[in-house]
Amino acid sequence: MSKYYLDYLDELESEAIYVLREVWAQFQNPVILFSGGKDSILVAHLAKKAFYPAKIPFPLMHVDTGHNFPETIQFRDDTLKELGVNLIVGSVQESIDQGRVAEEKGKNATRNALQITTLLDAIEANKVDCAIGGGRRDEEKARAKERFFSHRDDFGQWDPKNQRPELWNLFNGKHFEGEHFRAFPISNWTEMDVWNYICRENIAIPSLYYAHEREVVWRSDSWIPNSEFLKLEEGEEIVTKKIRFRTLGDITITGGIESDADTLEKIAEEVSGMRQTERGNRTDDKRSESAMEDRKRQGYF
Amino acid sequence: MKLNNNQLLRFTTAGSVDDGKSTLIGRLLYDSKSIFEDQLEAIENTSLKKGHDGVDLALFTDGLKDEREQGITIDVAYRYFTTPKRKFIIADTPGHIQYTRNMVTGASTANAAIILIDARHGVIEQTKRHSFIASLLQIPHLVVCINKMDLVDYKEEVYDNIVKQFQDFSSKLLVKDVRFIPISALLGDNVVNRSKNMEWYNGAPLLHTLETIHISSDFNSVDARFPVQTVLRPQRDGFIDYRGYAGRISSGIFRPGDEVTVMPSGFTSKIKTVEGPKGEIEEAYAPMSISMTLEDDIDIGRGDMIVRSNNKPEPIQDLEVMLCWMNNSAAKPRTKYTVRHTSNNQTAMIKEVIYKIDIETLGRNFDDKDMKMNDICKVKIRTTKPLMVDSYRENRATGSLILIDENTNETVAAGMII
Repeated sequence: MSKYYLDYLDELESEAIYVLREVWAQFQNPVILFSGGKDSILVAHLAKKAFYPAKIPFPLMHVDTGHNFPETIQFRDDTLKELGVNLIVGSVQESIDQGRVAEEKGKNATRNALQITTLLDAIEANKVDCAIGGGRRDEEKARAKERFFSHRDDFGQWDPKNQRPELWNLFNGKHFEGEHFRAFPISNWTEMDVWNYICRENIAIPSLYYAHEREVVWRSDSWIPNSEFLKLEEGEEIVTKKIRFRTLGDITITGGIESDADTLEKIAEEVSGMRQTERGNRTDDKRSESAMEDRKRQGYF
Repeated sequence: MKLNNNQLLRFTTAGSVDDGKSTLIGRLLYDSKSIFEDQLEAIENTSLKKGHDGVDLALFTDGLKDEREQGITIDVAYRYFTTPKRKFIIADTPGHIQYTRNMVTGASTANAAIILIDARHGVIEQTKRHSFIASLLQIPHLVVCINKMDLVDYKEEVYDNIVKQFQDFSSKLLVKDVRFIPISALLGDNVVNRSKNMEWYNGAPLLHTLETIHISSDFNSVDARFPVQTVLRPQRDGFIDYRGYAGRISSGIFRPGDEVTVMPSGFTSKIKTVEGPKGEIEEAYAPMSISMTLEDDIDIGRGDMIVRSNNKPEPIQDLEVMLCWMNNSAAKPRTKYTVRHTSNNQTAMIKEVIYKIDIETLGRNFDDKDMKMNDICKVKIRTTKPLMVDSYRENRATGSLILIDENTNETVAAGMII
C-alpha cells in the first residue's frame, strides 16, 4: 500500500488546486491578485492547472503603486498573454490624484499602506467578491492566523479575533452584499516550498530574482535599487553590485541581497541556507511589531 | 537541501498557559533550525524587555497583538518546519476549556496529536479533554509527552505512574496508536536530541518519533469517493465536447475503466480518463486534486459524488452526529441551517439533542440540552435532501460536516457523522 501517498509538494499542489476550484464554485466574481512576485506567479500557475483544459475563468488584478520595477510590469504583461486572461489595474497614483489618499511624508515614505485604499476601491468598483492572494502563513505572525477563506466586512476589514472556524476542507464563503473574501491557496507553503516547486516545474519568474548587476545604495541593512524615486541621503552613495531580490515589492522599499545565484537551482540552494526571513529586507514590515497585523486589519493583502 | 519523496505530517498541539506547549514548539523550531536570525533577534529583544533570563522560546509562537499582551493563544496558529525526512505543519491551538472549538479545528486536519502532561501534576482534566477531542476527531496517532521531567529529577517512577494513569483512562477512547515520551521542553531533553538525563528511557525522542510515524496506511483506500467540486467545460478548439469533473479525491483509488455510479442520481458509467496536475494518470487516490471524464454524457454537477459502483455510500436524510458548537449564539432547535457536506449544500434542522458531553468528566448529560459555544453534543439532524455519507470513523472526509447559520452566514458547528 505504501505507494499510495503523495510527496509533500504534490500534496500542497493538490490542496492549492482544491482551494482555487472551491473559490470558483463558491463565488461569482473572483480575481487573482497579481503583483508579479513569485507567490502570485505561483498562484497563477496553480490556477492554470486547476482549470485545465479550460482557461483560468477569472481575471488578474494588479494594484499598481507606480513605484514598479520595469521588469515586473513587462513580466506581468507577458503572463497575461500566455494565460489569455484579462487584467484589472487599481492605480495608487489615481487614488492620490483623486485625493482618496495622500502621499506619505518623511524619510522612509512609501506607497505601501496607500495600496489598501486602492485595492479596496478596485474590489468595490469591479464587484469582486473574492480576491485570491499569494499570502503564506509562514511569512509573518499575523498571517499565521489566516484562514484559506478569509472574511472581510463591508469596509474591507479583517477581524482576526472573530474569524470563522475552518475545519477539514469545508470552506464557508457565504457573505452578504458588499462584503468580500480573500482566499489563500498557498497558505501552507513555506518560502522553501515555493522555490522547490518553482524549480521542479521550471516556472518563469522575473529576471529580478536572479543575480544580476545593478546600481544600488546601502540603506536599512540591505541594497535598495537606484530608481527615479530614490533620493540619496547624506553619506549614501550609489554603487554597482551583483545582487538579486528575494521578494518583490515596490522598487523604493525592496532590498536586494548580494548573490551569485543565477539559476533556479542555485536560488533554491541559496534560500535553503538563508538565516534571515524573506520579509526581513522589506522596510514596510520593520515599522513595528504589529505592522502587518495593523495593515491586514485595514484590508491589506 | 532538495527534498523529494517526503511526506507531510500535520500535527496538533493542545495545551494551556503553563504546561510548556509554546516552549515545546519553540524548542522544535529552534533545534530543527527553522528559526531565522531576525526572528531570534526580535525574540531576544522582547525577552530582555520583559525581564526574562535568556531567550524565552515560548515567544516564537506569539501571534496577534492581543495574544502577546495577554500571553495566551486565542486562535489556531499554523507553524511550519522541515527536516531532511519530513515537512511538518503544526496546528498550535489553545488548550483552555473555552477554546474547545479551536482545538477541534486544529484536530480536524491532523495526522497526529501531541498531548502534553506536566510531570508534576500527572493526568488532569485537561489531559482527558485533549485526548477526548483527539479521539473524537479520529486523529490516528497520539504522542503523549510527559513534560518538565527536569522538575521531578528525571525519575522513571514518575513517568511510569503517569503512563499507567493515562492508559487506564484512555482505554475508553478510540485511539489506535498511543506513544509516551518523557521530555523537558525547556532544557531540550528528548525533544530533538536523546536525553542524557534519562538513560532508562529506551524509546525515540519526539522529533524522531514525528519523523517516522507511519501515516501512509492511515488513509481509507477502500471506499472510492469523489465529490464533484466543479465541471470543466473549455470553450475552445479541440475540447468542444469536453466535460471534466473536477474535485479532490476523499478516499479510495480511481482508475480509467472503473465502473462508477453518480450519486444521488444513480446513473452509471465508466471512467474514461483521469487527469492529475501533471497530466493524464493511470490511477488517482486521496488527497489528489484531479479531473475525470466519463464514457457517457451524464448530467453531473457540484454536490454530486462519483463512487465505485460496487461500493456506495449511504444516502440518508436523518443523521446522528457528534456536534461541536462553535458560535457565541446558542443553537436554536428547529431552526434551519445550511449543512455543508463535501461539496454539497443542503438545508437542515437539528431535530433533537440526545445528550451533551460533560467536557470535564467526559460523562454524558441527558438533562442539559442547551447547545452553547464549545459544547459537544450528540444530536439528530434532518436534511431536506439525502446526503451521501460514510461514518466519520471510517471516512473523515465523507463523515464530516459543518453547519452555517443562514441569518449570519457564520460557521456555527462542526459535526462528525456516527
